[in-house]
Amino acid sequence: MRAFSYERARTPQDASIAVARTPEAKFIAGGTNLLDLMKLEIERPRHLIDVNGLGFDKIETTQDGGLRIGALVRNTDLAAHERVRRDYGVLSRALVSGASGQLRNKATTAGNLLQRTRCPYFYDPAQPCNKREPGSGCGALQGINRQHAVIGASQACIATHPSDMAVAMRVLDATVETLAPDGKTRSIPIADFHRLPGDTPHLETNLAHGELITAVTLPRPIGGAQIYRKVRDRASYAFALVSVAAIVQPDGSGRVAFGGVAHKPWRVEAAEPAMSRGAKAVSERAFTGAKATEQNAFKLPLAERTLAAVLAEARA
Amino acid sequence: MSAAHEFEVSRRGVLVVGASAAAAAAAAPAAAQGQGAEPPVIAKVSLEVNGKRRALELDTRTTLLDALREHLHLTGSKKGCDHGQCGACTVIVDGRRINACLTLAVMHEGAKVTTIEGLGQPGALHPMQAAFVKHDGFQCGYCTPGQICSAVAVLNEIKAGVPSHVSGDITAAPQVSVDELRERMSGNICRCGAYSNIVEAITEVAGRTA
Repeated sequence: MRAFSYERARTPQDASIAVARTPEAKFIAGGTNLLDLMKLEIERPRHLIDVNGLGFDKIETTQDGGLRIGALVRNTDLAAHERVRRDYGVLSRALVSGASGQLRNKATTAGNLLQRTRCPYFYDPAQPCNKREPGSGCGALQGINRQHAVIGASQACIATHPSDMAVAMRVLDATVETLAPDGKTRSIPIADFHRLPGDTPHLETNLAHGELITAVTLPRPIGGAQIYRKVRDRASYAFALVSVAAIVQPDGSGRVAFGGVAHKPWRVEAAEPAMSRGAKAVSERAFTGAKATEQNAFKLPLAERTLAAVLAEARA
Repeated sequence: MSAAHEFEVSRRGVLVVGASAAAAAAAAPAAAQGQGAEPPVIAKVSLEVNGKRRALELDTRTTLLDALREHLHLTGSKKGCDHGQCGACTVIVDGRRINACLTLAVMHEGAKVTTIEGLGQPGALHPMQAAFVKHDGFQCGYCTPGQICSAVAVLNEIKAGVPSHVSGDITAAPQVSVDELRERMSGNICRCGAYSNIVEAITEVAGRTA
């Protein structure tokens, strides 16, 4: 691991300014993904700004009856929160399907959104990877790509976003609240937060350098059957091959987002009017333009069948 | 978490990698003393470990696990994968189980850390330690300190109402069951495969303390 200096931020503004003005500085919160990557020297910060003391660890009701989740709320606490379990069940379910109990106790809401892909070529510095080293190529394109993206990918990168939580946030229309070094705040709809890889797969979100996530807000609850179904190679503690986050209303209408298939949580709103016509109709629209490899082609029928199981569960 | 589980690795390959990782770990303190191009940054941190105040001066890169093992000589917590995948390093910090390998010691100023040594000692075992012995909840024993710290915290998490992936109704209070324990303990790997006895040990303690 590369040597780094360390400071505890005293205010959010200080933290944001410190990252913006210090070369190769990064925020650290839960650290479960960042330290993993620092040990492998995939992340090589020279300075860490610990934001754990900034007090963004509360979950509060918003004026319109939604929920404001502090950026530092741990995944365990978010999953266990009474209102999340009651009103945003898809989020609680997504959280407990990810990682392990130990990791969920440390991992934060903002950090979960910012976690990096688990593509093995990204993780292996001996392999080419445009995300780790822009311009070096993509080892996965012609390599072992069973886990990789089937839609929205590019010739530069076919990695997937690994988060379960983010898929639920997408179906819930969450908003990411941030603070910039100049003191300005902004609200980024979750749909616009993560980027597709294009020619710049090293840019994963639309955050500016030094911009600090302060909270994630959820609109007021919309009810319905809220289901998160994750398909993976073992029953627990593994990343999704495919996952489905869905909110299905009694009349059959609803929303759906897919995980494990793209560089960001994959939701196509134009596919949702087909919800009452079943999984095939929705999947055909949601995966229009999909481009699978020989190894990951199974993800397309798997996504449709997982959605079919979710719709059957919602009706039951 | 698994980054490369889709690559097949031979048993011999694992042993070779394991040996080089051990050699690298042995050499690490020397490298951390400034033989590299970039000098280490030293910081002070004060922790309460198993009820005792401990003040340390550490290279900022030192994980909580390395601080416990290499600096405080509490070698009960084990280094398995050093990447949060195996759970052998599990300790309880401010009442919560975490992977000590994936957090920096300097991030825990003032924290209360409980390691396996703090749970119980020979002659005065914690009920979970005693139950692991009684039910043969281990074979080689390497993962056991992490398993036991994790198990103690799991029962507290169930009591606190933290749901799990296998909880039927997430709005209801979770119950202790074999399925719940297996799911909640999935971050602790046991290569000897003592899982069924581990579940029996935890179940017995849950019954006793319920």
